[in-house]
Amino acid sequence: MPETSVRNFNINFGPQHPAAHGVLRLVLELDGEVVDRVDPHIGLLHRGTEKLIEAKTYLQAVPYFDRLDYCAPMSQEHAFALAVERLLGIEVPKRGQLIRVLCCELSRCMSHILNVTTQALDIGALTPPLWGFVEREKMNTFYERISGSRMHAAYFRPGGVHQDIPDQIIEDMGKWLDPFLKTLDDLDSLMTGNRIFKQRNVDIGIVSLDEAWERGFSGVMVRGSGAAWDLRKAQPYECYSEMEFDIPIGKNGDNFDRYLIRMEEMRQSARIMRQCIDRLLGAERVGPVSNIDGKVVPPKRAAMKRSMEALIHHFKLYTEGYKVPAGEVYAAVEAPKGEFGVYLVSDGTNKPYRCKLRAPGFAHLSAMDFMCRGHLLADVSAVLGSLDIVFGEVDR
Amino acid sequence: MSEALNDLAAYLGEKLGNRLENAVVVYGELTITVSASAIVEVVTFLKRDAQCQFISILDVCGADYPARPQRFDVVYHFLSPRQNQRIRVKVLTDEDTPVPSIISVFPGADWYERETYDLYGILFSGHPDLRRILTDYGFEGHPLRKDFPLTGFVEVRYDDEVKRVVYEPVDLKQEFRNFDFLSPWEGTDYVLPGDEKSKAN
Repeated sequence: MPETSVRNFNINFGPQHPAAHGVLRLVLELDGEVVDRVDPHIGLLHRGTEKLIEAKTYLQAVPYFDRLDYCAPMSQEHAFALAVERLLGIEVPKRGQLIRVLCCELSRCMSHILNVTTQALDIGALTPPLWGFVEREKMNTFYERISGSRMHAAYFRPGGVHQDIPDQIIEDMGKWLDPFLKTLDDLDSLMTGNRIFKQRNVDIGIVSLDEAWERGFSGVMVRGSGAAWDLRKAQPYECYSEMEFDIPIGKNGDNFDRYLIRMEEMRQSARIMRQCIDRLLGAERVGPVSNIDGKVVPPKRAAMKRSMEALIHHFKLYTEGYKVPAGEVYAAVEAPKGEFGVYLVSDGTNKPYRCKLRAPGFAHLSAMDFMCRGHLLADVSAVLGSLDIVFGEVDR
Repeated sequence: MSEALNDLAAYLGEKLGNRLENAVVVYGELTITVSASAIVEVVTFLKRDAQCQFISILDVCGADYPARPQRFDVVYHFLSPRQNQRIRVKVLTDEDTPVPSIISVFPGADWYERETYDLYGILFSGHPDLRRILTDYGFEGHPLRKDFPLTGFVEVRYDDEVKRVVYEPVDLKQEFRNFDFLSPWEGTDYVLPGDEKSKAN
């Protein structure tokens, strides 16, 4: 048999590739079809959000958070609002908290349904995204009805939420939950038992729990490896401590476990949403949705017509903004993709001195090399899909 | 919560001795400051010690305080899922002094340290692959430093003649407007136009 020279192969995956979930460039070193090394090149969507936030007032910084993880915008705003509120030492009224929880869980469903179905698309299934996007479209419509925008809501402001939700929208959300659960069941029957789907996901991209922790994983990525860790339970914020829900965990730490967890989390989210809706239509039907001390939250338009003080507050808050006491906090929320944290340093003026955004996807993507080494080329896109990467938050 | 943190701070003071420069609990969060040379040791202790178990690295980032002689903070955030505690570890450094990399203890620190280097120019010794991560290929400067202008130095556009993207110095069509809305009655250090006399004597 003649001797042939064998050499490793380098290929570029992305930046324009449908399975790259945005603008990811992976430089893959292949030995035949086996991956030897993965070098993700990120930053193609870097917009300097942290720098921009340093030059804006606290209220003006809110919309930048929608543009981080644009699959679940409100979860990001939430972390920033919590950080500012902690520095200011203000409370959100109960109705405002319930609306926040409701919207966060809606965001979680939006993010998970997108991820679960597009991950199936990455490995060759076309039907799940088609079915999933029907529901996602309805969720976007709720977003629009609540905040006025399908994506970039700017709805969670420090001190509460921007507007109250009319009862009609809350009732419609209540009616939508059952058909949504039906769609989840349909997706379940389409994917969970599917032989091809299992062949592509079971035992692929395994992470042990210790490795998951020391690589900075969070959210579904550690729950998939077996840790019952969820910030909504462990370090409850807003009124999550009053909600009843379960935390699904995996035992193998592979792609398939993470898929199952995401499916179950959507059902649990629906359960939380149901409890919020019941209370928003029942005991908390009326009440303020944001802090009523006029020093942080701008007054309503109607109040400005009659009250001189409201007019002054409005002028001051939209020009100078409010001053936040000097100090530093780290506020984290359980975003759909993992722990989204904001490390906020204030120097006592109306602009943040430093605002570091801790994006879960960044830590997850940095482990691509570790997770894909030794796998086949085709598994790269399956693992990437399972990591749940959104470039808005990875690149910032 | 804050009681447990005070206990933890006291415990760390006992165990770490003079490696611990400062420990404070503010806003319900524990911040410890350690010297750069001890960071690897301290982090290893935090990870392995049975009463700490800060096994998860959440974040490494920089912060710039140009007025100080050691202008940079390197801020580490760790989480202990077992104790349900968080800790913030700070190291002070300047432009030239490298901070030992903690990548041998936490492999997850890899990209965070690269990011900190990229955005602030803080050097990490012992990092195997310290190159830029978020900024453009061939980017110059460290954008999150306070002395880096918000507009940057270069802009790009597609040039139809040379058929590729070209880099040019930033050319602003109007002067960059820095809105300083801080109330002139409290806080500003400049003289308002037309108000020169008030500061004259």
